[in-house]
Amino acid sequence: MTPILEMRGITKTFPGVIALRDVNLSVREGEIHAICGENGAGKSTLMKVLSGVYPYGSYEGQIVFQGQERLFSRIADSEHLGIIIIHQELALVPLLSIAENIFLGNEPAKMGVIDWSVAFNRTRELLSKVGLKESPNALITNLGIGKQQLVEIAKALAKKVKLLILDEPTASLNETDSDALLRLLVEFKAQGITSIIISHKLNELAKVADKITVLRDGATVETIDCRREKISEGRIIKSMVGREMSDRYPLRVPKIAERLFAVENWRVEHPLHAGREVIKGVDLHVNRGEVVGIAGLMGAGRTELAMSIFGRAYGRNVTGRALMEGKEIDVSTVQKAVANGIAYVTEDRKSLGLVLSEDIKNNVTLANLPGIAWRGVIDKHQENRIAQQYRSLLKIRSSGIFQKTLNLSGGNQQKVVLSKWLFAQPKVLILDEPTRGIDVGAKYEIYTIINDLAAAGKGVIVISSEMPELLGICDRIYVMNEGKFVDEMPAKDATQEMIMASIMRQYGVAAA
Amino acid sequence: MSTETIITGVPAAETSGADASFWKNNLRDYGLLVSLLLIMAFFEVVTGGVLFRGVNVTNLILQNSYIVIMALGMLLVIVGGNIDLSVGSIVGFVGGCAAIMMVGFHVPWVDIDVKLPWQLVIVLSLILGGLIGASQGYFIAYSKIPAFIVTLAGMLIFRGLTGNMLQGQFVGPFAKGFQSISAGFIPDFSDVGFLKAPPGQPQFFWLSMLVGVVGAILLIYTSTRRWMRDNAQAMETEPFALFIGKNAIFAILTVGFSYLLASNKGLPNVLIVMGVLILLYTFVTTRMTIGRRIYAMGGNRLAAQLSGVRTERLTLLTFVNMGVLAGLAGLIVAARLNSATPSAGNSFELDVIAACFIGGVSASGGVGKVMGVVIGAFFMGVMNNGMSILGIGIFWQQVVKGLVLLAAVYVDVYQKSKA
Repeated sequence: MTPILEMRGITKTFPGVIALRDVNLSVREGEIHAICGENGAGKSTLMKVLSGVYPYGSYEGQIVFQGQERLFSRIADSEHLGIIIIHQELALVPLLSIAENIFLGNEPAKMGVIDWSVAFNRTRELLSKVGLKESPNALITNLGIGKQQLVEIAKALAKKVKLLILDEPTASLNETDSDALLRLLVEFKAQGITSIIISHKLNELAKVADKITVLRDGATVETIDCRREKISEGRIIKSMVGREMSDRYPLRVPKIAERLFAVENWRVEHPLHAGREVIKGVDLHVNRGEVVGIAGLMGAGRTELAMSIFGRAYGRNVTGRALMEGKEIDVSTVQKAVANGIAYVTEDRKSLGLVLSEDIKNNVTLANLPGIAWRGVIDKHQENRIAQQYRSLLKIRSSGIFQKTLNLSGGNQQKVVLSKWLFAQPKVLILDEPTRGIDVGAKYEIYTIINDLAAAGKGVIVISSEMPELLGICDRIYVMNEGKFVDEMPAKDATQEMIMASIMRQYGVAAA
Repeated sequence: MSTETIITGVPAAETSGADASFWKNNLRDYGLLVSLLLIMAFFEVVTGGVLFRGVNVTNLILQNSYIVIMALGMLLVIVGGNIDLSVGSIVGFVGGCAAIMMVGFHVPWVDIDVKLPWQLVIVLSLILGGLIGASQGYFIAYSKIPAFIVTLAGMLIFRGLTGNMLQGQFVGPFAKGFQSISAGFIPDFSDVGFLKAPPGQPQFFWLSMLVGVVGAILLIYTSTRRWMRDNAQAMETEPFALFIGKNAIFAILTVGFSYLLASNKGLPNVLIVMGVLILLYTFVTTRMTIGRRIYAMGGNRLAAQLSGVRTERLTLLTFVNMGVLAGLAGLIVAARLNSATPSAGNSFELDVIAACFIGGVSASGGVGKVMGVVIGAFFMGVMNNGMSILGIGIFWQQVVKGLVLLAAVYVDVYQKSKA
C-alpha cells in the first residue's frame, strides 16, 4: 500500500512562537492513523496546515496527497480532494435540520432552487451509513452531542471523503457513543476510507489505530506501528511527555507559611443545563508563599472551577465554602471576590482579559480604578505613573503606555493582564494558562513574576496544560479530571508520567 | 525585581509616543474639525454670507442645542454598546407632559384643576425623563433584551402616548420664565451709559462679547497649562504646531461667534446650558472612573465584568442619563415653540444618532469622544441650516444628510482597515 498522504518537513511559525518544527507525517491508504501529544504539541496546527486553514506559503514544507504535491490556499481546496476535518467544536448550524446541515453550501439545486426530495433521499442514505436513526428533518439542536458527531461524519461522506480527520471526536462523548464512533471508523476502513484521529484517550487509540504518530513541542517524536509491536499506554505517555528538563524555570526557594485560602466541597452546575454538575465537590487550598498547580486535560473543569470561585463568573447553583485566612468570605460577585483579595488571570486574554480598543494604561488600571481616583475623579498623572511602573517592571515591550493593547504580542498582552491584577493587589492569584501561546523568553519572565509573588507572601494557583511547566514552577500539584480532583502530589516528587497516569486511570487505563 | 517593587515601586521615567503615532491616532479628530470648517466656509460662500450673520448664528445654535444635548447622552449609550431609538418620542412626551402641567389639567377623582409653577415642572420633567430612561434601561440591562428592540418599542409607545395626551392639539402658551430657556439671552448691562448704542443703531451686547473673550482666554490658559504639564510628565502630547493651530482655531471661533451673537441679541441661555453640559460630559468621559468603565464595558463587556465592573448597573445608568437629557431637550423644544405639539421631536433620534456616528463614535461600542459628537452635531446643523437658506427641499436635504453620514462612517472603516 502506498501512502495516501505525506507531509514532509512542515514548519509553521507564529510571531514569536514556532508551532511546528520539521514535522513529518506519512499516512497509508486505508489505515487509521492516530496522532497524539500534549495540549499545545502542535496536533491541531498540523491539521490546519493540512486542510488549508493556513494556506500554502504560510508554512514551510511539502504536502503530497495521492502522489501529487498539493498547494492548498483555502479549506475548499482540500475538501475538493476529499480531505475533510471534523473539528472538536462541531460546525453545525443548530436551528437547521440534519438535511440542511449536511448539504449546507453544497445543496442539490437547479438554478438556485433546492431539490429537497434529492436532498432528503441522500440524507437518509448517509444517515443509515453512519447508523443514525433520525429523520432528515430533525433539528440539530434537538440531537445529543454523539448524534451531532454522526451528522458531521455523514456530512463528510456527502462530500465524498477520502481522508477523514477527526479532532478529539470522543472528548465529549460517553462510552457507548465513543464505541459506536470507533466501530464506524473501522467500517470505513474496510470501505477504503483513510482516517486520522487525534485523541487523548489512549485506550481507544490502542483499540483501533494502525499507527500512532507522537508529537511533542511541535516536532515528530516517532511513529509507532501498532501492528508490528504491541503497544502499551505507558509507552505512548512516555513518548508524549518525555522531554528534557533544563533550566527553563527560574530557581526559587519556597517559603511556605500558614494556610491562606481554601475552598471546600465546591460544586458548580453547568450554566445552561441545570442539574449537570461540572465541578463535583472540589477541596482546594493554597498557603501563603505557595505555588499550587492544577493539572488536567482540556475540559477537565479547571477554568470552570477558577471562574466559579472568582465571583461566580461561571456556572449556576454554586455551593461550597470559600475561606480566606481562616474566615469564610463571600465571593458571589466579581466585585466581592476582588474586594476579598482574589484575582483571576484568564486563559482567554483577548476576549476576557483585555479591552483591546483601549491602551495599556487603561487596561492596567481597570480592575482598581479607585486606586488612582479620588471621589470618582481619575488622577491622570498617578495613573500614568502606575502604568509606566508596571510597564517597566514587567518589561512590557511597547511604544509606550498609550499603545493600544490590540497591537501587542501575546506575551506582552499577557503581561498587561497580569499588571492589571497585580495593581488590584490581591492576596491570591489564580493564573489560568498564564503562558499559553507566548514564547520561551516571555514564559521565563512570567515564571519570575510568579516566584516574586510567592516570595511576597501571596498564594498563587496556576492552571496549566503544560505539565513540565507545573512541575517546574509549583510546590504542589492537584490533578483534575472530569470536574474532580483525582490526585494531589508534591511537585518535587511528581513526574509527568504520574500525572498522566492519574488522569488516564479515570479512563480505565493502567499506565505503565 | 521583587513583588514589593511591583506594587509599591517608584515610577520609571520613560519617553513615549512619537509625533507620528500621535498623528495617526488622532487623524480622525482633526479631519472632522477641518471638514466642519470647510463645510462652514462652503455654505458661507454659497449663501452669500447669510450663514454667519448674527441672526442666523443665533438660530443655528437654538436649532441645534437639543441635538447636541441629546448627543451627549447618546454618546454614553453607544459607547456602552447600546443604542436608543426612543429619544425623539421622549422629547415629545416630556414636552407634552410639561405643557399640560403648566397650562393646567383637571384631576377628575378629586375634581380640582391643577396648575404647577414652571420651575417645579422643569424638575418634574427631568425626573420623568429619568424614569422613562430607567424603565427602558431595566429591560436592556437586567432582562437582556437588545436595546434596539426595547427602545424601538419605547419610540412607538411614547409617540403614541404623546398623541393621545395632546389629542392633536397644540398646548400652550407658557410663562415668560419658561420660554426664556430657549428664547432668552443672558442679561446684559449694555444699554447704559456710553455702551448704549446711538439711536437708530442696533445694540451691541458687550457682556456677551466679554464672556466670549474670557472664555477663549480661559480655554487657551487651561489647555496650555495641561499641555505643558503633560509634556513635563512625558505623556503623549500633541506636536507643538498642531497644539498652537488647534487652540488658535478654537479661540478665533469662540471670539468670532460671540461677536456675531453679541451683535444680534447676545448669548442665548441655551448656549450656556449646552456649554456647561459639554464641559461636564467631557470631564465625565475623560477624567472620571464611571466614564472609564463605560468605555471598558463597550470595548469588551466580558473583560470589564471580569475586572469588577458592574455592567448591568452601568448600562441602566447610561439610559437614565439619556432619559434625563431627552427630557431636558423636550423642555427646550417646547419652550422654543411656546407650545407642545404631538409631532415635537419627530425623528430627532436619527439626527442625534447620525451626529454620534459622524462624530466618530464606533457603532460596536467603546470608542467616541464628546468633542467629536459636538462637532458631528454642528456638522448636521450647519448642513440643515445652510441647505434651508439655499431653499433646498426637505427631501433633498435628507438625501444629502444620508450620504454625508455614509461617507463619514466609510472613511472611519476605511482608515481602520488600513491601520
